Amino acid sequence: MVAPHGVTGMLGEDGIHVDMQHLKSGEVNLGTSIMAINFKDGVILGADSRTTTGAYIANRVTDKLTQVHDTIWCCRSGSAADTQAVADIVSYHLNMYGVTNNEAPSTQVAASLFQELCYENKDALSAGIIIAGYDPRHGGQVYSIPLGGSLHKQSFAIGGSGSTYIYGYTDAHWREQMTEQEGIDFVRSALQEAIKWDGSSGGVIRLVVLTKKGAVRHLYLPDNGYTGPGVTN
Amino acid sequence: MVCLLVWGFGGLRFETSIGTGYDLSNSVFSPDGRNFQVEYAVKAVENGGTAVGIRCKDGVVLAVEKIITSKLLKPGANKRIATVDRHVGIVSAGLVPDGRHFVSRARDEASSWRGVYKGPIPTSALANRLGGYVQAYTLYSSVRPFGTTAIVAGWDSEAELAVDGQVGSGPSSGSGGKVEGAKGGGPGLYMIEPSGLYWGYYGAATGKGRQAAKAELEKLDLSSGNLSLADGVKEAARIIYVAHEDSKDKEFELEMSWISSVDGPTKGRHEEVPKELREEAEKAAKRALEGEDEEEEEKMEE
Repeated sequence: MVAPHGVTGMLGEDGIHVDMQHLKSGEVNLGTSIMAINFKDGVILGADSRTTTGAYIANRVTDKLTQVHDTIWCCRSGSAADTQAVADIVSYHLNMYGVTNNEAPSTQVAASLFQELCYENKDALSAGIIIAGYDPRHGGQVYSIPLGGSLHKQSFAIGGSGSTYIYGYTDAHWREQMTEQEGIDFVRSALQEAIKWDGSSGGVIRLVVLTKKGAVRHLYLPDNGYTGPGVTN
Repeated sequence: MVCLLVWGFGGLRFETSIGTGYDLSNSVFSPDGRNFQVEYAVKAVENGGTAVGIRCKDGVVLAVEKIITSKLLKPGANKRIATVDRHVGIVSAGLVPDGRHFVSRARDEASSWRGVYKGPIPTSALANRLGGYVQAYTLYSSVRPFGTTAIVAGWDSEAELAVDGQVGSGPSSGSGGKVEGAKGGGPGLYMIEPSGLYWGYYGAATGKGRQAAKAELEKLDLSSGNLSLADGVKEAARIIYVAHEDSKDKEFELEMSWISSVDGPTKGRHEEVPKELREEAEKAAKRALEGEDEEEEEKMEE
């Protein structure tokens, strides 16, 4: 039987807004703006950095971009505890896959592991995850796993409460085969817009660029209108 | 008393093992580091019908000499090559029931992989798991080793694999950073022995006629990767016929299967070689043998 809205981690009546009522009182929530895109040479992940417990900002410099393998990362939204636990489990399995098969796992393998966990435990989890990875055979790939545990391969994906404000923006501005700089600018300006309108999103903008050269982190601060400092590793 | 009786066997094939007591149980080493139960299992394999596998540039072929043990058996029935997953086939030589159990385990492994990773198991990973399974049967006194040597053939898709059940396909012009022409996948061929030992092969042979078959396989220069799947089918048929020369008194059926690349005749699936193609290959095999002997013409039926 399908549980009524408000009891499990289902989409709200409008089919867009995530119902967070079921979070235990005091549970940390990633009321979030996250996204990942394909560009010419790979993928870019981006996220804001606000973590809230109700109205209180529990952390203003959160890192919601989590590495699960060398060039497979994810953006986490929903319960901080749930998504950390899921990412930890996937990370363990991907490392095991790497050593037992003498071959780095593909982004597909990561996506299927995430999906299995999110689908089989859908009644217990509040997790909306975007997976983005780069491997030499398949190139960059973006997968989205929304609340019910379905798996969607996409050109780009947006998620979290702030994403509702940038559906139109991203749809109008995303193009295939963007350069790295174009991709970075696109993600940064989309997230800036999400942060502006969504009260549950804010703080800094973190990016990770995944290409054949590996993972490169970027940081953009609100102090200067999200223009820098840029690359941090 | 028992000792005296057993001494009498000295001088037979297993002179070092029989009567010593080191061959009575699984998992027991002899003082010179041998496990006789495993060696006896190999003997069971050496009496089985010849089986071969050839790894070609655009596919893999399996072939087996199925000895007809009774005229009451339906021709073409009682297959000896099994499909394990869409892209993997297994043939074994030795004890047939052991081979069936092995195949059953292989299917479980392939299915469990799909359950976790939502995609086909790579041939190398399947061979690895089966090797581990067979090896475990050499460790305990409550079991005996497999009386089979199995040849595992597979084709790992070179196409971009979707996650089973995924929705959508990403950007239409290819994923970001994808290198055009970057290839993955390809043919896989592994042979697993009763000890659990397994290697990857260009060409593998086991069973009674393995020596003759191996000699023929070595002539094919398989490592250069030039042999096509179509030629591989012909060669496999011929090699089974050559290997049968030493046991001509017994009738046999040739059973063959193949797995081609995604754009080949089987579209990456493990299938039986079509009847017409097999019969054509058998004709060519018989012709080649007759040419070698330069004796009796067209004695065999076609």
